[in-house]
Amino acid sequence: MAYTFDFASVLEYSDALLAGTVKTLALTAVGTVFGLGIGILGAVSRAWKLSPFDRIFAVYVELIRNTPFLVQLFFIFFGLPALGLQLNEWQAAILAMVINLGAYSTEIIRSGIEATPRGQIEAAESLAMTRSQVFRHVVLPPALLKVWPSICSQVVIVMLGSSVCSQIAAEELTFAANFIQSRNFRAFETYFVVTAMYFLLAIAVRQAMVQAGQRLIARRKK
Amino acid sequence: MNKRHFLRSLIATALLGTAGLSLHAHADALANAEKAGTIRIAVPQDFPPFGTVGPDLKPRGYDIDVANLIGRELKLKVEIIPVSSTNRIPYLTTGKADLVISSLGKNPDREKVIDFSVAYAPFFNGIFGPSDIAIKTAADTAGKTVGVTRGSVEDLEYSKIAPANATIKRFEDNNSTISAYLSGQVQLVATGNVVAAAVNERTKIRRLDTKFLIKNSPCYVGVNKGEAALLAKVNEVVGKLKKSGELNQVSQRWLQAPLPADL
Repeated sequence: MAYTFDFASVLEYSDALLAGTVKTLALTAVGTVFGLGIGILGAVSRAWKLSPFDRIFAVYVELIRNTPFLVQLFFIFFGLPALGLQLNEWQAAILAMVINLGAYSTEIIRSGIEATPRGQIEAAESLAMTRSQVFRHVVLPPALLKVWPSICSQVVIVMLGSSVCSQIAAEELTFAANFIQSRNFRAFETYFVVTAMYFLLAIAVRQAMVQAGQRLIARRKK
Repeated sequence: MNKRHFLRSLIATALLGTAGLSLHAHADALANAEKAGTIRIAVPQDFPPFGTVGPDLKPRGYDIDVANLIGRELKLKVEIIPVSSTNRIPYLTTGKADLVISSLGKNPDREKVIDFSVAYAPFFNGIFGPSDIAIKTAADTAGKTVGVTRGSVEDLEYSKIAPANATIKRFEDNNSTISAYLSGQVQLVATGNVVAAAVNERTKIRRLDTKFLIKNSPCYVGVNKGEAALLAKVNEVVGKLKKSGELNQVSQRWLQAPLPADL
């Protein structure tokens, strides 16, 4: 094997890699915030059987969890314009990620809510708390805390899955890798560098999520 | 010594003889064809829309139509010889065909081996888009969104000439690029005229009209070196077919686009 490694040919494009990293993180951040928002709504609806939302969310969860992310993305980007809904690549990517994380986190958070002991809710009700107060102060924080490790993992999965958005010309990290590779033909070096970057990003995102969990949920629990 | 001399002259005679024979075979392909009443033309059979095998198992396509038109103008019967892109030039140089009409592009290496007629078919990469966007040069794509297949020739070439504020969206393959155009995600696409023709043939959602050329490599009829009479005749016939509009009809039929005026 007489291959000469040339990592300089990848580092020439460090601007593109940096821009791609920023876009990947931005996609993940927006996707996480809104995805978890949908997840919480869906989890309550399903756990407490709030008709008709529980049925709507049940269909939504099954639909999204049983179809590939890439197909969902293509449907939004290439398909919806036929119905007059024209989303550019970033809107499509964010929408797909929010919808996707929303479905998975609905089920994750629901399991946390359902694990809340009945006595805890009854105790809160006997203190004349309203239903929404019970939910906000007694049910949700411990439920989120219980399932937070699963949510962290799911967010990392979604971040890694955002690489698929390169297919609709959203210029995130994988797009940058493919672009560089199509210009310098250095597949090994390019994908080696980008693999390492994803690895570090995943660790960083997981750490950030753990920190966020401790700050936002654990503190409010008091 | 004597024996050696004899051998040498024998080899020399043999060589001369072969040279003479091949010279004779090439001597005047036009005269030979006229004597036989048949002109042998090599055409593609695996390169749509220039040449494919039709449902009746007969070759059909742009190149076959041109071959038949040339045969008609020369008042000769056309013998169609299906060839592949690798053996089309050897078929000509070994005298198995009189003409090669096989989406043949011109380059210096080929020009050393055979002669080329005037161009008879357009083959190019360019910017395509709907008829209602007026674009004539790369500068006109300023502010436009252009879809292109990442790493393709048109990506590399257009990226060099694109104005700074044109948005280039690079997709994974031709199919995604075309889908992005058909679904309105990009305003223009950079692709090949053959791809555009195939799209225009199959869907009427959004037409792909040629805006300008990025890299041009039209097709020529290949003729053996030294066949001045045949070459002149082919050039005359192609010129006539262009003028009469018949070549334009062939282009409309197979490429869904008129013949470029400057071809």
